[in-house]
Amino acid sequence: MTTIHLEETPHLTYVLRLADSALVLSHRLSEWCGHAPMLEEDLALTNIALDLLGQARLLYEHAAGLEGKGRSEDDYAYLRDAPQFKNLLICELPRGDFAFTIVRQTFFSAFFHPYWQLARGSTDRTLAAIAEKAEKEVAYHLRHAGAWLVRLGDGTEESRRRTLEALDTLWPYTGELFEVDEVGEAMIEAGIGPDPASIRPVFEDTLDRLFAEADLPRPAPTWMQTGGLRGVHTEHLGHMLAVMQHLPRAYPGARW
Amino acid sequence: MAEAKMPLWEVFIRSRTGLAHRHVGSVHAADAEMALQAARDTYTRRGEGLSIWVVPSAAITASDPADKGPLFEPTASKIYRHPSFYEIPEEVGHM
Repeated sequence: MTTIHLEETPHLTYVLRLADSALVLSHRLSEWCGHAPMLEEDLALTNIALDLLGQARLLYEHAAGLEGKGRSEDDYAYLRDAPQFKNLLICELPRGDFAFTIVRQTFFSAFFHPYWQLARGSTDRTLAAIAEKAEKEVAYHLRHAGAWLVRLGDGTEESRRRTLEALDTLWPYTGELFEVDEVGEAMIEAGIGPDPASIRPVFEDTLDRLFAEADLPRPAPTWMQTGGLRGVHTEHLGHMLAVMQHLPRAYPGARW
Repeated sequence: MAEAKMPLWEVFIRSRTGLAHRHVGSVHAADAEMALQAARDTYTRRGEGLSIWVVPSAAITASDPADKGPLFEPTASKIYRHPSFYEIPEEVGHM
């Protein structure tokens, strides 16, 4: 099945960035299905994956409305190539170990909980409605990941070592959460998207509280990764999409 | 997984329509807070619950199955304890 090509407006690009981040992270979490360290976590992680998939579907549907070309949510998920995906890089990194997943989920949720809280006031009514639903879901994701972060950080020697390694790897990917380019600027201007600068203090407070409780050092300021929002990805996204998109590309219109 | 680090918890859920919490199963968790989360993720996936209790399984004192005779058999001959020997007058209607 051939790749679709979009004429992106800032508004469409903005909604696709949110949708792509939710979808790609959902897929990474779904890779835990049947592999989590315990049955309870297998369910917990896939529950979170399903919440994010639900958010992605609503956002793609919204994108389809904005684009007005009669596309479906599946078209955006399955018929675009890696450079057309605008997800945050932190979402596409391979699943890693359990500590890696928990640290990533903590960073992502510590940002997106206040993000969706603010987005409830968006001038884009559809986005505001999605925010209403997403805010409650992400509040739980943050509670889940935060509780584990504290227990892993302040747990055994091994859990602490793995958590510190995950922090080292993932911290440079948090800068992208706060990146504002011309698309972001236009959305802030139009009252569609919240200004990430106003999310920063809440994000920092959440991390201060969790890191203190987990007895973990706050990662030092460092060089930050960038590129996902412009479609410049790590080597990992293409491999992930190859798996995720294989079926609808090989058997267009397949139903079961 | 060491049982001491991940003890078992019994889970009780009060449903939307139910008045009392009902035992639904058990989860493994490191502590009470994590047990509540695990119970939420394991047993309320289809909108079953409005309230969750978790109780350390070790805190439950159970009757010994070997005591079945002395504990439960004496009631078998006391059918008069069932409220099925009373005739309800017609005019009382549905009780």
